[in-house]
Amino acid sequence: MPGVCRRPRSGGRRVILAVHIPDGFLSGGVAAVAWLAALAAILIALKVADGELDEERVPLVGVLAAFVFAAQMINFPVAGGTSGHLLGAALAVVMLGPWLACIVMAVVVGGQALIFADGGIAAMGANVLNVGVLGAGVCGGLLHALVGIRQASRAVYLGVVGACAWLAVMVAAAATSLELAASGTVGLQTVLIAMLATHMAIGIGEAVITVAAVRLVLAARPDLLAYRPRDAVGAVPVGATGAMG
Amino acid sequence: MSARKLLALGLLLAVVLAGAVSPFVSSSPDGLGKVAEQEGFLDKRETGALQRRAPAGGYVFPGVEPPGPAKALAGVSGALLVGVVGLGYARLRRRRAP
Repeated sequence: MPGVCRRPRSGGRRVILAVHIPDGFLSGGVAAVAWLAALAAILIALKVADGELDEERVPLVGVLAAFVFAAQMINFPVAGGTSGHLLGAALAVVMLGPWLACIVMAVVVGGQALIFADGGIAAMGANVLNVGVLGAGVCGGLLHALVGIRQASRAVYLGVVGACAWLAVMVAAAATSLELAASGTVGLQTVLIAMLATHMAIGIGEAVITVAAVRLVLAARPDLLAYRPRDAVGAVPVGATGAMG
Repeated sequence: MSARKLLALGLLLAVVLAGAVSPFVSSSPDGLGKVAEQEGFLDKRETGALQRRAPAGGYVFPGVEPPGPAKALAGVSGALLVGVVGLGYARLRRRRAP
């Protein structure tokens, strides 16, 4: 629509970025490698998730995609004139398992880039990787190990969920830093320290909100969770729904 | 609570967050934005041709002047749209009961 300026402002005015990397920050090589890695992960996820899409999970996939998208719009202030927002990967993993979570996160990141120009197109692979795949891997691995094998109590379970959420944010921040540094955009030490420092607080927000959401589902319908604590009422053993294939 | 109710609650929460809360959230730069500002690489940002033509770039719903409602409408339609894509994928690939 000509005449209507919707271009993100740059230059003199402060530009508000979302967490996603815009185009221009990454070198072509780094962007390409990230695209390949993300694509490979999504292809595997699509294959594995086919065995996990039971009838009752179908609407959950849609609701989680909508919820993660909405949650990523809510920037809450953290220390030092910075803001942070929920990434949602941890919540998606707890509810859907890591593979479906990867797909949900890819749908969200794709929508943000293509429709809202939030996060670059060349950088989309990196964003899917950072915000979705890596977080799903970290959370899925931890939850599988600690909750699945040990049949954790409710308190331990919620602790692990919180830790996953925090870690997923830190891993996303670290991966973003590595990609920026490998692209020659900024020095590794500088960006890593700055990114990890700001995201420590953002991660705490993520953990609090994720634990609150999981507690709500745990109280209402624990059977909808891919990972559950030992004492969840009416729970099928963890993993019985095939969260890890 | 029935699964249906819980799903409806989740969807409602998504619509409320995207439609009613998002116009009022913190406008401070987020983690990456802050670091880019501090380290002076914010200006490297490029918006390619495809994204300049994005239907609701910067979360501004096309044709809506006031920034609040424009963001709210963009948020709600975005949440519903990715929800429909997720649902469509899951329905297409769902495992039918044997």
